[in-house]
Amino acid sequence: MSRVLLKDVRPYGVGDPVDVLVDGEVIAEIGPGLELGPAADVDEIVHAGGAVALPGFVDLHTHLREPGREDAETVETGSTAAALGGYTAVFAMANTDPVADNAVIVEHVWRRGREVGLVDVHPVGAVTVGLKGEKLAELGTMRRSAAEVRVFSDDGHCVHDPLIMRRALEYTKSFGGVVAQHAEEPRLTVGAQAHEGANAARLGLAGWPAPAEEAIVARDCLLAGHTGGTLHICHVSTEGTAEILRWWKSREADGRVSAEVTPHHLLLTDDRLETYDPVNKVNPPLRTDADVLALRRALADGTVDCVATDHAPHAAQDKDCEWSAAKPGMLGLQTALGIVVQTMVRTGLLDWRGVARVMSERPAEIAGLTGQGRPVAAGEPANLVLVDPDAEWTVRGAELASLGENSPFEGMRLPGRVVATLLRGKVTAHEGKVRR
Amino acid sequence: MRHLLSTEGLDAATATSVLDTADTLKQTLLGREVKKLPTLRGRTVVTLFYENSTRTRVSFEIAGKWMSADVINVSASSSSVNKGESLRDTALTLAAAGADCVIIRHPASGAAHRLAGWLDEVGTQVVNAGDGMHEHPTQALLDAATLRERLGELSGRRIAIVGDLLHSRVARSNVHLLRTLGAEVVLVAPPTLVPAGAQQWGAEVRHELDPELPKLDAVMMLRVQAERMHGGFFPSAREYSIAYGLNEARLGKLPEHAVVLHPGPMLRGMEIAPAVADSPRAAITQQVSNGVHVRMAVLYHLLAGEEITA
Repeated sequence: MSRVLLKDVRPYGVGDPVDVLVDGEVIAEIGPGLELGPAADVDEIVHAGGAVALPGFVDLHTHLREPGREDAETVETGSTAAALGGYTAVFAMANTDPVADNAVIVEHVWRRGREVGLVDVHPVGAVTVGLKGEKLAELGTMRRSAAEVRVFSDDGHCVHDPLIMRRALEYTKSFGGVVAQHAEEPRLTVGAQAHEGANAARLGLAGWPAPAEEAIVARDCLLAGHTGGTLHICHVSTEGTAEILRWWKSREADGRVSAEVTPHHLLLTDDRLETYDPVNKVNPPLRTDADVLALRRALADGTVDCVATDHAPHAAQDKDCEWSAAKPGMLGLQTALGIVVQTMVRTGLLDWRGVARVMSERPAEIAGLTGQGRPVAAGEPANLVLVDPDAEWTVRGAELASLGENSPFEGMRLPGRVVATLLRGKVTAHEGKVRR
Repeated sequence: MRHLLSTEGLDAATATSVLDTADTLKQTLLGREVKKLPTLRGRTVVTLFYENSTRTRVSFEIAGKWMSADVINVSASSSSVNKGESLRDTALTLAAAGADCVIIRHPASGAAHRLAGWLDEVGTQVVNAGDGMHEHPTQALLDAATLRERLGELSGRRIAIVGDLLHSRVARSNVHLLRTLGAEVVLVAPPTLVPAGAQQWGAEVRHELDPELPKLDAVMMLRVQAERMHGGFFPSAREYSIAYGLNEARLGKLPEHAVVLHPGPMLRGMEIAPAVADSPRAAITQQVSNGVHVRMAVLYHLLAGEEITA
C-alpha cells in the first residue's frame, strides 16, 4: 500500500491550498502542512501548485472500438486518453464489432480494462440483439456477468420501436438497470448528414431535424414515467430537448430520467460545416448558436445532468473522405475538461463544485457507481483529478493518446490542464504522461 | 489555388468575364467546320464521374477537345473505384499520372471541395461538375449565358426557379449566380421541396406558380429528383403537374419575351408539357449548346492563366 502526498491542492477550487494524504486506496487526511506530521513518511509527493482537486471524472459515453476496430482505438489507448483527460471511470459503448450484446463481449471489455488498469472500464450492454432494435438482448445475463453491466444502450442507433423501448425500461427495473437512449427518430433522419437548417440547406446536406431527437425524448420520458424504468438520454443536442427535459423534471422529480450533453455540443455549431471537413461530422449533428446557449443553461441549472464525451475515435480513412462517406464522431476524452472550463466556468455558469457535479458526481450516481464521484474528503476513495485552472494548452490531434486523430478542436487553445489523475490512490497520469 | 467549386462567392466581375469569354469563343467558332483551338494543347483534363451523366460529361469532353486538351474520361463504374478505392486515392492517382485538371461529378455534397483540398498541394485544378445536392456551377453559368443571349443584361430581371429545390444543385448554383449578376430570384415549390434555410438565400419563396408568371422574365424548371426522395414529397405526379407543371396555358401567362429553361433531363408531361419544351420560347437546346462554350471558357480561365476563385 503506497502513500502519496498531494501538496498544495485546493479541493473544489475553494480556500487556501492544503495537502491531501492518500494512503492506499483512500484519502487519509486533508489539511495544511501535512508533510510536517505523520505524512512525512510517504512514497511520493505530487507538487500540485495550487491545482483544483476534484473527484475523478466519470464518462458515461465512450467508444473504445475494441473488439473489432482496434485500428481506431483499443481499451488500452482509450484508457490512456481517459486517464490523461482526468477520468477514473468510463462506460464503453456497445456498438463494437461484434456488438456487446452478450456476456462474453462485455466480460472481454471489462477484463481488458482491468488488465490495463488506468481507469475503471464499465462495458455498456446493447439493449437489443445486434443493435437492430428488434429483440431484447440478454440484459439480465450481462448484469450477472463479471462485468456487472448496469447501463444498456444501442447508441449509434435509436431504440425506435416504442414497444421494445417500453419492454427495456420495464425489464431492467428488476436489477436497477439504466436504458441510455440515442434519441433519433429514424424516419425523420433518413439520409441525414447535418443539422437541418440554413447551413445544411446551402451546402446541400440532407437535414437532421431537431424534432427527430425531441420526439423520441418526449416519448421516452412518458414511457419511463409509465413503466417506472430508469432512462438516460444520450448526447442531448437541441434547445427543444432541454425544454422537454425541464418540463418532465418539473413534473417527475424522482431522478429516474437523466441526460447528458457532450462538450462539442456545448461549444461548436453547424457553422463548422463550411469546409465539408468530416472531422466536424457527428451524430447528433452540431446545431445552432441558440441550441448551444440553451444546452449550457440546461447543464448549469441541472436540467441536463452531466457531461459525457461521446469520445468516438476513427481511423484516418474513415474521416479523410467525402462528408457523406465519413463516419460520425470526434475525440473527446482529453479535451472535455478544457471545453467545460471554457464554456461553463469561464462564462460563470459553473464553479468548480459544479464541474465536479456534472463531470463526476452525477454520472457516477446515474450509473450507480458507489466508489466514484465521491467527495474530496478524508475516508473517501482516492479517485481524484488535479486541475491547473489557469494553464492553457493547444490541442494537437496527433499528440492525443487516441489512435484516431479526429479532433475538431485541433489547434484550439483550451484552458484547464490536468496535472494528475489518481485511481484508487494510484497515480495514473501526471504532467501529461500516464503511469502503468 | 484556382478551382471552380461553386458559384457562391464567385464575384460578378469573374462570372461576367467567364461569360464574355464563352461568348467570344462561340462567335469565334461560329460557322467553322473544324472547331478546334490550340489553346490547351498539351494540357490533360480528366473527367471523373461518379454519377451517370450524358450532357454534362459530353459537354466537358467536347469543350476540352475543342481547346485541344487531352481529355480522359473516368467513370466510377469502370475504374478502381469499383474495387473500393477511396476518392482521395483516386484523385491522387490521377494527379500523379499527370492530370492538370479534374472535373468531378459526385453524389456527395462537398466532394469537389474535398478533392480540391487534396489536390491543392500538387497543383491540379478542380471543376465541380455537380456534387450531390450542393452546386453545379457550370450549369448556372451556361444558364446565365443563355439568359444573356435571350434577354440581354440580367440586372433587374425577375427569374423563377420552379420545382424540386430541395434536391437541386442547379437551383443552389443559379440562386447565387443570378443574384450576383443582379437578377431577382423567386423560388417556387411545394413546402416539402423547399430546403429549411432557403428563406435566407436572398430569394423570395413562393408556393404558387400562377401568380408569379406574369411578372417573370424567365422561368427555370427543375427536374423532380425521384431517386433522391425518401417518402412522399407530394401526393402524385398528377397533382404536382397540375400545381407546378409548365403547360401551354401557363406559358400563355408569361410575358411575350419571357424565356423557359430546363437543365434536363426533362420529365415531359409532368414538369413541362412537350409543346412548351419544344416551343421557340424554350431555350433548352440552346442551353446545351452554350454549355460547351461556357465550359471551354472555364477551362480557359483555369488552365490558360486567368484565375477563378470560387
